[in-house]
Amino acid sequence: MKVDLTVNGKDVTADVEDRMLLVHFLRDVANLTATNVGCDTTSCGACTVLLDGESVKSCTVLAAQASGHEVTTLEGLASDGEMHPVQRAFHQEHGLQCGFCTPGMVMAIVSMLKENPHPTEEQVRQGLEGNLCRCTGYHNIVRAALAAADEEKVTA
Amino acid sequence: MIPVAFTYKRAGSVSEALELAAEHGDDAKFLAGGHSLLPLMKLRLAAPEVIIDLTGLRDLSYVTDQGSHIAIGALTRHHDVEHSDVLRREVPLLAHAASQVGDPQIRHRGTIGGSIAHADPASDLPATLLTLDATLVAQGSDGSREIPVGEFFQSLFETALEPDEMLTEIRVPKPAAAGAWSFQKFTQRAIDWAIVGCAVQDGRIGLVNMGGTPLRATAAEAALSDGAAPADAAAHAAEGTSAADDIRATRAYREHLARVLVSRALTEARSRV
Amino acid sequence: MSILGTRVIRTEDPRLLTAGGVYVDDLRTPELDGAARLTFVRSPVAHARITGIDTSAAVSEPGVVAVLTVQDMTDLAPPPPDDGSGGGGGEAPMPLGGPWAEPLLAVDTVRFVGEPVAVVITDGRYQGEDAADLVTVDYDPLPVVIGPDAALTSESLLFPAAGSNVPVTKEAPADDAPFDGCEVVIEQEIVNQRLACMPMEGRATAATFENGKLTVWHSSQNAQLCRLILCMALGMAPEQIRVVVPDVGGGFGAKVGIDRDAIIVAWAARKTGRALRWAETRSENLVGMTQGRAQLHHIKIGGNRDGKILAYRIGVIQDSGAYSRMGGFLPMLTCLMSPGVYDIPAVQAGYRAVVTNSTPISAYRGAGRPEAAATIERAVDLFAAEIGMDPAEVRRRNFIAPDKFPFATKTGALYDSGRYEEALDKVLAGAGYPELRKEQERRRANGDVRQLGIGISTYVEITAADAAAGETAKLEVSDDGTATVFTGSSPHGQGHYTAWAMLVQEELGIPMDKVTVVHGDTDLVPVGVGTYASRSLQLGGSAVYKAAVEVKDEARRQAADMLEAAEADVVLDTATGQWQVRGDPDTSLSWGQVAGHTSGGSLIADVSFTADLPTFPFGAHVSVVEVDTETGKVTLLRHVTVDDAGPVLNPVLAEGQRHGGIAQGAAQALLEEVLYDADGNPLTSTLADYAAITAAELPSYELIASETPTTVNPLGVKGIGEAGTIGATPAIQNAVIDAVAHLGVRHIDMPTTPQRVWTAINEAQKASNQ
Repeated sequence: MKVDLTVNGKDVTADVEDRMLLVHFLRDVANLTATNVGCDTTSCGACTVLLDGESVKSCTVLAAQASGHEVTTLEGLASDGEMHPVQRAFHQEHGLQCGFCTPGMVMAIVSMLKENPHPTEEQVRQGLEGNLCRCTGYHNIVRAALAAADEEKVTA
Repeated sequence: MIPVAFTYKRAGSVSEALELAAEHGDDAKFLAGGHSLLPLMKLRLAAPEVIIDLTGLRDLSYVTDQGSHIAIGALTRHHDVEHSDVLRREVPLLAHAASQVGDPQIRHRGTIGGSIAHADPASDLPATLLTLDATLVAQGSDGSREIPVGEFFQSLFETALEPDEMLTEIRVPKPAAAGAWSFQKFTQRAIDWAIVGCAVQDGRIGLVNMGGTPLRATAAEAALSDGAAPADAAAHAAEGTSAADDIRATRAYREHLARVLVSRALTEARSRV
Repeated sequence: MSILGTRVIRTEDPRLLTAGGVYVDDLRTPELDGAARLTFVRSPVAHARITGIDTSAAVSEPGVVAVLTVQDMTDLAPPPPDDGSGGGGGEAPMPLGGPWAEPLLAVDTVRFVGEPVAVVITDGRYQGEDAADLVTVDYDPLPVVIGPDAALTSESLLFPAAGSNVPVTKEAPADDAPFDGCEVVIEQEIVNQRLACMPMEGRATAATFENGKLTVWHSSQNAQLCRLILCMALGMAPEQIRVVVPDVGGGFGAKVGIDRDAIIVAWAARKTGRALRWAETRSENLVGMTQGRAQLHHIKIGGNRDGKILAYRIGVIQDSGAYSRMGGFLPMLTCLMSPGVYDIPAVQAGYRAVVTNSTPISAYRGAGRPEAAATIERAVDLFAAEIGMDPAEVRRRNFIAPDKFPFATKTGALYDSGRYEEALDKVLAGAGYPELRKEQERRRANGDVRQLGIGISTYVEITAADAAAGETAKLEVSDDGTATVFTGSSPHGQGHYTAWAMLVQEELGIPMDKVTVVHGDTDLVPVGVGTYASRSLQLGGSAVYKAAVEVKDEARRQAADMLEAAEADVVLDTATGQWQVRGDPDTSLSWGQVAGHTSGGSLIADVSFTADLPTFPFGAHVSVVEVDTETGKVTLLRHVTVDDAGPVLNPVLAEGQRHGGIAQGAAQALLEEVLYDADGNPLTSTLADYAAITAAELPSYELIASETPTTVNPLGVKGIGEAGTIGATPAIQNAVIDAVAHLGVRHIDMPTTPQRVWTAINEAQKASNQ
């Protein structure tokens, strides 16, 4: 079937199997490979993207369901070559090691901060319950989320 | 990881959804948020031939104050139930329970109707609606009907919905004392399904994951209405339940947890008055 | 000003944060255009004879390129007969051959759920699972052996030709004399449970075979070892194989070299002539990737009431899974490190490795040493509880004294340097130990439902155990003034690009942003050893340092020639990266100019660095937990650590390694376990069931600095990568038991799930009621 998505501001139209998962549409059809597949039970969050501005696990959304909607991936986060505050904070705070969970983490935090601009550490940790990381122990990811919140507070 | 191939149909209205369901019968499943059905399909534990996507039915997403009760559209997402001002004011138990479902990404997609229709006894919302004495509104080819929640959950993953029916609305009576609620969800990790959970409101106690369906802890409720203190009433919490043995917990441990959680829930609900 | 020891954020990150990493399944290299997809057919049963494979339905499906079984492996030479010890008396980290040998595709027997039986190759990704579902395999079940006890007692043999389920035995003589003089003797069985390594990126491989050359892209911790293994497995020469390791999404020991499934992918590419891609699902990963730990310990500890430990015995039973991938290597390390940081007069350590119908076991962060530390730390706490002494005090009375280094342990290790009591003092001070004990006392006196537990661990571990294998580095400074480091190290999150660039800037004054690091491609780095065993900074970094020194020496010669000065009068100003005649800044030459003066146009040093000895980082952790005594639920409140691996090159990177280690250590203590039922069916084969730890279960950590150098390498450094894991697990386990010790609980095996804790409390209460 034909699906028509807006991905990072650009139209992407393709004829795909009805069962195509959004994550594979993004990776294999739109050729945006930053979004990763880390599991098959909607558990790990590596595939997190924004769908109409809200974080979703793209492995559990059909491309067909996203047709007619807007998707933002990590690749679409920076604007005019400037990193998003969350990307910047991850760099400053060493919030990534191997980088595999990172796109999903970043998108989850972007969405979290939209909904709760000044989270406590506890809220950040609870908010990341659906995003697994094996390398960082989460300590610096949490610091990055709080630092990004602070930066947005300062610049808002 | 990849579902068995199926045909995707997008429904533009409730009547179109029902027509498609009638046309395809057992070969078809409704898709709402997809976070109960798609995980099963990806593991190939379910393989419907036709998927009827309901996510376009935006007019089934609402939370409105109808005076004596709150009406919630079946396709209202957990996120919207959680953040509903109306519910936070009138039925804070339900707003809170919705905030405990899965993680933020799941709550951006999963719907209250989808969760109820899927009828997993380990889910948070079925037991919560049982506690709130809700009424489910189902629409079928013959029109709509109201199903009391006590009749809705029949057995594991089985509800009173006929094959040609879909849930359209959940009606939650406003509790007598909205603030006197408690929700206790016992897990190993924040993201886990409840090993055991309970919801308390107006002297009613709903149990999560103590049987093939959500259950009311009726023996404990009776003791409570006889004037027993929370801890004494809670001693009866596991009576009439049939909890499972699995890798997380034995039946005996679950029964113990039920008693502890109900005691804590009753105490907390009282303290909020 | 020295850059070493300063906080430098990573050069790797801008790319990873904006475009994302390029992991194997992300590769869009033209060589893989039109690649077909490979999907495995795996055994759903734990132990069975294969009586038939019917591929006819799969083969005839549109989009299916081929379906291959062992019958198609006619182009492989049979494995060489050998005595099955894998060399080194069965203690080399190599698979056992002979009667224990593991095939590629299963031959006539499957021995664990998940074992590969056939492969289907399809044009598209999505058809892969469809086609695999159409392959029918007939299995004739055999009795299943699950767990080390069953391996020892069952009549069912996984390898009948071997005659037993015990491939390697190295038992310590059970000599009771040292225990006879002890006032207190305690025996205990301790479980170090099976864990899934669970890197966020599973296994993934792509391969092409063109014009006699095999190119394999593999998610690995060392490309060069992959090539070596492929040569042996496929009967090819090194020049015929190129291995490329792109970005790797975590390894933790499970991605050392190239494993069975990936070798099959490479073989299938050669067999079919098609470019192939494979990326396992998480469900496959949780049964197909090697797992970690899985040891059963029997310990005996003896000492006197004054706190002195006099004797310690440990017997290890290592569950190897169905195929022995590492012989006795892991339990050998466990025995080697068994006495930990303590000066115990009599130590007896021995092991047996057994096979069972479960996923093969291999290295997992710590690889044999977490098991040693967890058990000696448990043993010390059991001893402390028995004699009624504070566990910190017992440790003090038994540490190897700081003036005893290098210290030869009774088990044959030579600890280079250590300040164990100082580490303990620092961590106790950082944790506020006396206040914690007061709070614990207050809650106990109050009979609070939520009790406080304080757990201590003091640990030492062995890093760069294969120091003699060393590491390689080629450093090239070009005539444009840039430098390229070709390293045999193989980063998969450790930040070596940043660290190696820091070393080059330090030695040569070439700024970091002019330094490029290359790794992981056997065409570019043909010789290298890899990243595992916490070896990279001490060996790989020392190699970079050595190469830099050689480049500097050669540059000095060139500059002297150019400046017509004596070499002794030519100096490098590392602040500016300029070569000058001493005291005459007008004679400045840039690196580019000096490099351009060489006949080849660049300065090159190609070195390997070996160390004579491994190194022994150490530390102390304090963990504070809250236990809900009504439900058994454990909450980790605080975790305070001292992890001393010598001078810290970049605190940012070192802290990150410590954090990650702590989380995995906590995961073992509190949550994770691979479970099988009695029929060998995995019960934790998805991430919904395997309780991987999340941010919501962890606090922020409190790290305390400590740097005790070693003389083993020119940088004075030891390895930090696994230390956090090794220290964290016992501190947390001890904390949980400490929380309920006043209720009569002596021991709880890991993971300390709520049900386990509640059961322990119940049983202690029942025992005290009798």
